[in-house]
Amino acid sequence: MNLTDSALLNSYSLYALYSAMAVYALAFIAFAVDLARRSSAVGAIEAGEVAAVTFSEADPALPAGAAASAGSTRTLERPVLKRPVLSRISARMDNDAALPYGRSSSLRVGVALTVLAWALHLAATVMRGFAADRVPWANMYEFAMTGTLLIMTVFLIVLIRSDLRFLGTFVTGLVLVLLGVAALQFYVEVAPLPPALQSAWLVIHVFVASLGTGLFALGFALSIVQLLQFRRESNVFAASEADAGEPRSALASALRLRFLATLPSSSTLENLSYRINIIGFILWTFTLMAGSIWAEQAWGRYWGWDTKEVWTFIIWVIYAGYIHARATRGWRGSRSAWLSIIGFTAVMFNFGIVNVFFKGLHAYSGL
Amino acid sequence: MAALSRPSDHIDSRPQTPQAGVVQPKLGLSGWLRWFWRQLTSMRTALFLLLMLAIAAVPGSLVPQRSSDPNGVTQYFADNPDLAPALDKLQAFDVYTSAWFSSIYLLLFISLIGCVIPRTKHHFQALRAKPPTTPARLARLSGFTTRDAPAQTDAATAITHARTLLKSSGYRVARFDSAGESSVSAERGYLRETGNLIFHGALVGVLVTVGFGGGYGFSGQRVLVEGQTFVNTLLAYDSFNPGRFFDDTTLDPYTLSLDDFAVAYEQQNLQAYGQPIDFTADVTVTPKGEGAEPGVVKVNGPLRTNGTSIYLLGNGYAPTITVTAPDGTVVFSDSVPFLPQDANLTSLGIVKVPDGLAEQLGMIGFFYPTQDKAASGANFSSYPDLEYPLLTLNVYTGDLGLDGGVPTSVYALVTDTLTRQTGGATGVASIELKPGESAELPNDLGTVSFVDNAPAASAAGDFTQSVPRFASFDIHHDPTQVWLISFSALVLFGLFTGLLVPRRRVWVKATARADGTVHLEYAGLARGDDPALEAAVTAVADRHLKLLKTHQLAVTTPEST
Ligand code: HEM
Repeated sequence: MNLTDSALLNSYSLYALYSAMAVYALAFIAFAVDLARRSSAVGAIEAGEVAAVTFSEADPALPAGAAASAGSTRTLERPVLKRPVLSRISARMDNDAALPYGRSSSLRVGVALTVLAWALHLAATVMRGFAADRVPWANMYEFAMTGTLLIMTVFLIVLIRSDLRFLGTFVTGLVLVLLGVAALQFYVEVAPLPPALQSAWLVIHVFVASLGTGLFALGFALSIVQLLQFRRESNVFAASEADAGEPRSALASALRLRFLATLPSSSTLENLSYRINIIGFILWTFTLMAGSIWAEQAWGRYWGWDTKEVWTFIIWVIYAGYIHARATRGWRGSRSAWLSIIGFTAVMFNFGIVNVFFKGLHAYSGL
Repeated sequence: MAALSRPSDHIDSRPQTPQAGVVQPKLGLSGWLRWFWRQLTSMRTALFLLLMLAIAAVPGSLVPQRSSDPNGVTQYFADNPDLAPALDKLQAFDVYTSAWFSSIYLLLFISLIGCVIPRTKHHFQALRAKPPTTPARLARLSGFTTRDAPAQTDAATAITHARTLLKSSGYRVARFDSAGESSVSAERGYLRETGNLIFHGALVGVLVTVGFGGGYGFSGQRVLVEGQTFVNTLLAYDSFNPGRFFDDTTLDPYTLSLDDFAVAYEQQNLQAYGQPIDFTADVTVTPKGEGAEPGVVKVNGPLRTNGTSIYLLGNGYAPTITVTAPDGTVVFSDSVPFLPQDANLTSLGIVKVPDGLAEQLGMIGFFYPTQDKAASGANFSSYPDLEYPLLTLNVYTGDLGLDGGVPTSVYALVTDTLTRQTGGATGVASIELKPGESAELPNDLGTVSFVDNAPAASAAGDFTQSVPRFASFDIHHDPTQVWLISFSALVLFGLFTGLLVPRRRVWVKATARADGTVHLEYAGLARGDDPALEAAVTAVADRHLKLLKTHQLAVTTPEST
C-alpha cells in the first residue's frame, strides 16, 4: 500500500473511531436513563404503600438464588427457607430479579446504539489495520482500540445468551473512557512493526489477552453489582425481620440504588460472574503460555520476570485465588467477588500503568 | 455428596461438627504433625498462599531485578545510596529467588501435593464405584420433571430404556429395582475431577522442570563479524553460563559462520524514517564431519541446529582498523565490534595495541554511520545506515594493564594509567577518518587506517558496503523445554476439562400406579458449577419418552396389523 492511501485510511479510521465514541456516549446515556427508570419504577411500588414485607415476600431471589448452587452453605446459614422455594431451585437463573422489569424503550435504544457504535468501532479498527498493513494491535493506541472492541464484542455476544443488558452503562462507560485515553494520550501514527514484534505470536498472544480482558471486564462488572445486590438483599432481609420496628428506614437505605431490585439476585450474579471469569482465566493461562513461547523465540528465554511478565503472572495468580475462593467455605459470595474486582483492577493496571511507566522489555507502547 | 477427599473446608465438604468434650485434646507429636498437615493442605491455606504469592511478586516489578536488569540495579544503588543497601538486605533486587518468595511457593506446592495425592486416590476409587442409590424424593432436586409413560410400558422396561439412553450419553449407571418401582442412578463428568487433578499435577511438573531445567543446559554469547567463524567449544564463547549439571565436554563442536548481516530500514514512512524493519543473519552451519548447511537467524526466528538454538540478540558495526608501526609492520588489524549507543547507531569501540609499537596504545573510537554535526560542533549520527560514515579516535598511550593477568573487558579502556594524546584538554585534534583514509598517530608511533571493505567496483561516494557489520548471538541448549511444553499442554487440558466439563448425577424413576400406568420422574444434581443441568435433565426426559414411544410402536404395530 502506498503512503497516501495509508494516511487516508488512517484518517478514515480516526473519523470512524470518533463517531463510534460519540455513539457510545449516546448509548451510555440511554442505558443510564434505563437504570433511572428502573429506580423510579421501584420507587413507585414503594410509594404505592406496598409494605416492606410484601417486598421481601416478592423476593424469591434470596433463597432460590442461594440454593441454586447446590451445596452452597448459604442455604444453611440463612433461615429464609420458609416459602416453597425449593421447587424454584430449578427456575431459570437469569430470571430471578426481585421485581422483574421488562425492557424499557431506553434499554432497547441503548442496545441498538451500542451495536451501531460497535460497527463503527470495528470499521475504525479494521481500517487502521489495513492502513498499517498488519494486525491493528502493535502499540498502546491500537491495543486499546482492539481491546475495547473485543470487550464490546464479548458483551454483545453474551447478550445473546444471557440478559446482561443492565451492564450497558458500565460497559459503554468503560469502553468510552479507555478509548478517550487511547485517542488523546496514546495516539501514534502508523508505523511499521519493529522486528521484535514481527511474529505470529503477536497475533495470537495479544488477541487472546484482549479477549480475556473483555471477559474479565464483564466478570468485574457483575461482581460489583453482586456486592451491591448483596447489600440490598441483606437490608431487605433485615427489614423484613424487623417488621415491628422500623422497616422503612432500613428499606430506604437499601433502596438508594433502587434499580437493583430489578436485577438478578446476588448469587445469580455471582454464578454468572464466575462462569465468565473462568473462561477469561483459561484464555489468560493461554496468554501466559503463548507469551512464554514467544519470549523464547524472541529473547531466548521463556520466562525472565520482566515487569510485564510479573504482572501477567500476578493477575493469573489472583484469578486462581478467586477460583479457589469460590470453592472455600467462608469465601464464596462477597469475598470472592472482591478478588474478581481486584483481578480486573490488576488487568487495567497492567495495561494502563505498567506499559507506560514501568521499565521492561515489553517496550511496545509506541510512545 | 461431600467429596470426602477434599479439604475439609472445601465448599462441598460437610462442615466439621465439633465433638463435644474434646475442647483441648492432648496432642502428641504425631497429633500436632497431623494437625499441621491438615492446616497446610486446607483450601484456606492454599488460598492464603496464592494471595501471598501474588502480593510477593509485586515488589519485583517496582525495583529493578539483578536477573533481568542488572544495569538498572547499579543505577538504583547510585540514585538511592541510603535505601538501596537496606532493600538489598531484604533481597528486593532478587525477589524471585529470595528466601521469602521461595518459601511461599514451596509451601504452596507442598500444600498442592498434599492436597492432590489423597484426592487422586479417592478419585481412582470413585472411578470404580457405582453411582449412589436413587434418593427417595426426587422432587427436591434440580430440573425435576415428570412424564407419563406410554401405555403398556411397564416400569422395569422404562428403566431398561432409560439405562441404555444414559449409558450411551456417557453416564455411568446403576439400576435399582423394588416392588412397583424401578430407577436408574447415573453419573457423568468424572473427567472434571480428572482434569482438575491433571491441572494441579502438571503445575508441579512445570515447577520442577523450571527449577531443574536450567541445570541441564547452557547459554553462551558470541559476537561474530561478517565473514567470521565460530566453533562451538567452551573457549570460543565470549561468555558462557553452564547449568549446574552441564558437562562442558558434551559440547558438540559444530562451526557457525556469519556470511552476511542485512538490515532493512524504513525509508517511505516519514513517521518512522530510519526505523529498522528487518534484521537477517545469513549463516553457514557445519556439523562436525558433515557438509555445510546454510541457515538464517532472525529476531523472532532462532536457528535450531545440532541440539542448540541460536538467537540473534544484537548487532552493530565493526570498522576494520589497521595500525602500522613506523617501519611498516602491521601491528594491529581487525574488524572491531563497536557497541551501538543510540537508535541511529552512534557506536563506541575500543582498540588496544599492546605490542609492536614504542609504547602500548589504546584508542577510544566513535563511529557514526551517517555523520552530522550539531550546532555545538559535536558529531552525531543522523541515520543508522552507511550514508556518510566517519570514525573518530582518541589516542592514549601508557600501560594498558593487560600484563597483570587480571582479565579486562575488550569493550572498556581503563584510562587511569594512560596518557591522553588527542582530544579533550590535549589541544591535539582527535583523529577523524572516512573509510579508506589513514592518519599519523601522535608521538610518531605509526599510522592508523580505517579500511574500506567495499568491493573495488562500487561507485565513488557509495559507502553502503564500506564497513562490515557484526551480530551478537546467544546460543542455548535446554533439553527440558520439551517437558515444559508438554506439562503446559497438560495444564491447559486440565483447565478446560476441570472447569468446563459438567459433573452431574441424573436419576430416572418409574413408579407403577394403581391403574397400571407408569409415572416417570427425572431429576439431576450438579456437582460443581453446572449451568446446563436443568436443560440436560429435560433433554433426558424428552429423549427417554421418545425412545419409549418408538419402542412401543415397534412392539404394538405387528399386533395391530
Ligand atoms: C500453585 C498453586 C495452585 C494453583 C495455581 C491452583 C489453581 C487452581 C485452579 C485454576 C483451579 C480450577 C481449575 C480446575 O478445577 O481444574 C483449582 C481448583 C482447585 N484447587 Fe487449586 N491451585 C493451586 C493449589 C491448590 C492447593 C494447594 C490445593 C489444596 C488445598 C488446591 C485445591 C483445589 C481444589 C479442591 C480445586 C477444585 C475447586 C472446585 O471444586 O471448584 N489447589 N485450582
